Amino acid sequence: MPAKPFSAALREPVLPLKEGVIIDLHGEINSTVEAALNSAFDHAAAQNPTSIVLNFRDVDYINSTGIALIVGLLARARKAKRTLIVFGLSEHYLDLFNITRLADFMNIYPDEQTAVAHLVPHPTGE
Amino acid sequence: MSTITLPFRNLLRRKPAALPLPPAVNRTATILPAVEVPSTDPLYALCVSAPGVIDLDELRLASDAVTGLRAAGIRLIIPLVNQGELIGMVQLGGRMSDQEYTSDDLRLLGNLAPQAAAALRVAQLAYQQQLEARRRERIEQEIRVAGIIQQTLLPKDVPHIEAWEFAAWWQPARTVGGDFYDFVPLHDGRLMVVIGDVTDKGVPAALVMASTRTILRAAAERLISPGEILRRANDVLQPDMPPKMFVTCLCAVLDPQTGHLVYANAGHNAALQRTRDGVKELRARGMPLGLMPGMSYEEKETQLAPDDTVFMYSDGLVEAHDGAREMFGMKRLESLIADHDGGEGLIPHLRDALFAFAGADWEQEDDVTFVVVQRQHGAPPSDPPDDASVILDDFEATSVPGGERPVMERVAAVVNRVGLPAARIERLKTAVAETVMNAMEHGNHYRADQPVRVRVQTQGGQLSVFITDQGGDQPIVDAPAPDLEAKLAGTQSARGWGLFLIKAMVDDMLIHTTPTEHTVQLVFHLPGGNDAR
Repeated sequence: MPAKPFSAALREPVLPLKEGVIIDLHGEINSTVEAALNSAFDHAAAQNPTSIVLNFRDVDYINSTGIALIVGLLARARKAKRTLIVFGLSEHYLDLFNITRLADFMNIYPDEQTAVAHLVPHPTGE
Repeated sequence: MSTITLPFRNLLRRKPAALPLPPAVNRTATILPAVEVPSTDPLYALCVSAPGVIDLDELRLASDAVTGLRAAGIRLIIPLVNQGELIGMVQLGGRMSDQEYTSDDLRLLGNLAPQAAAALRVAQLAYQQQLEARRRERIEQEIRVAGIIQQTLLPKDVPHIEAWEFAAWWQPARTVGGDFYDFVPLHDGRLMVVIGDVTDKGVPAALVMASTRTILRAAAERLISPGEILRRANDVLQPDMPPKMFVTCLCAVLDPQTGHLVYANAGHNAALQRTRDGVKELRARGMPLGLMPGMSYEEKETQLAPDDTVFMYSDGLVEAHDGAREMFGMKRLESLIADHDGGEGLIPHLRDALFAFAGADWEQEDDVTFVVVQRQHGAPPSDPPDDASVILDDFEATSVPGGERPVMERVAAVVNRVGLPAARIERLKTAVAETVMNAMEHGNHYRADQPVRVRVQTQGGQLSVFITDQGGDQPIVDAPAPDLEAKLAGTQSARGWGLFLIKAMVDDMLIHTTPTEHTVQLVFHLPGGNDAR
């Protein structure tokens, strides 16, 4: 089965509230997508959100290198005092996030609606 | 005809004399190459329409050929016409006596021309017949050689396995087809049965048949999945396959202990299984070998109960014609098999029916080949004992980045049959993908000529996936257990999750190392197994 092309796109338009931005991920997360994933994260971070939300609903494969890339994003988010929020994980990848303890360091929700509802208001009140 | 090209076209003519010549006794006739007259030149049409002596000095015709003839010193041309066809031409220079041609000369030449044309025609026909006889002789010789190659490669005997009966029959067409069949014992006690047909005839087809047989046997030494054997054979054959040639091939692997038959088909006639309930076709999709690169072959399986017969055959049977050009056909074949008890006796039963259908004057157009496999009554029970191993799949995967993904999907599809719950299949997929990725990257360094071998088998209530790379000379580095806090703090690399994930996904993981290979065995306990979790 040929791999689906990966994309990581900032949600347009940006959410009405400025608490967070959503990055929609598509395809498989492996070593070949590092640049695209980091670039999307850079664009998200440039908007200075409190939270960055990763949408995994259309991700069908994550390998160990993909886990390492997510660890890298989590480290960057924590360094910038941002919350990393995740939704749309399949049961199996939720299992993987628990086994690797990624789930202990990020907020994981089943769907977008729940994830957005839990966005923390911006500390500046903007 | 663009030019006159005849075996007798170099005709007598003499160089023209420009100066007074010495006495004729010292002069000799000279034969020079004839001047070609293209069929498009007006002179050609003139020769056909107005046979007779043509004096070039008197001819008024805008023709390159005439110009060429004059330049070569030709004075007269005498077309040789037979049955309306210009078959030759006499081209004459000046007379040796330097005198002009007389009217008697011209009359004589004109009278001789039809007789010369007839004689020339006879000579031409005789020459053509000689060429044709040589060509036929060459073809007959080629047929003899091809027949010897083909016959030499067919098995001299059929396997002898307790509680099984095997039989085969091959009747070559006069001009030699490319049918072959083979029985190959596999290292795990199973038996590969192959039947195939090379398109085209003669020595090239016989050589392709020989190559195919050798490649299939070589593949069977390492692989025991018929689909994978055909895939491998196609990959090896395809680059060097002569144009317009391909091989149809049915490959089946029989486990004589259980009666389990796995088969794959590269465009050959589907085998027929005769059971107590009737006759069914054993269909599986796949392109003939040698046509296109990168083909995969669907694998199907069936179970042979005692008294069941599997009949394999070539298209020379069903496509045989009777005197009224009616085909033998599938319906007739199925009906004949249904009416018979199967086994070895099926061969004379079908052979007699074919001969009766085709008639005494049958001109066999293609080879006819039958292979019969019958499980005899009183054979061991079909269900394997609890501790018997059953190989579900065995194949090789090219070591390329991303190559783990198709392996993961294939293993998941195979494992789907053994009743592993969906969540555990997902875990198996991750474990297989991570192990294959390690094998391709670290064991084989992504070298395309070093494939990773994957074997899936069940035994004693557990499922094992064996993944073998060719890096046995390098130790497997046991990476430290990942510490997420350390990774987030940047004191440990973000990577290094592979082995951790594999161990977390499986019930057990074993590593077998030889001087040349590492094999990682991923173990999953099956539901209802001896030690199922």
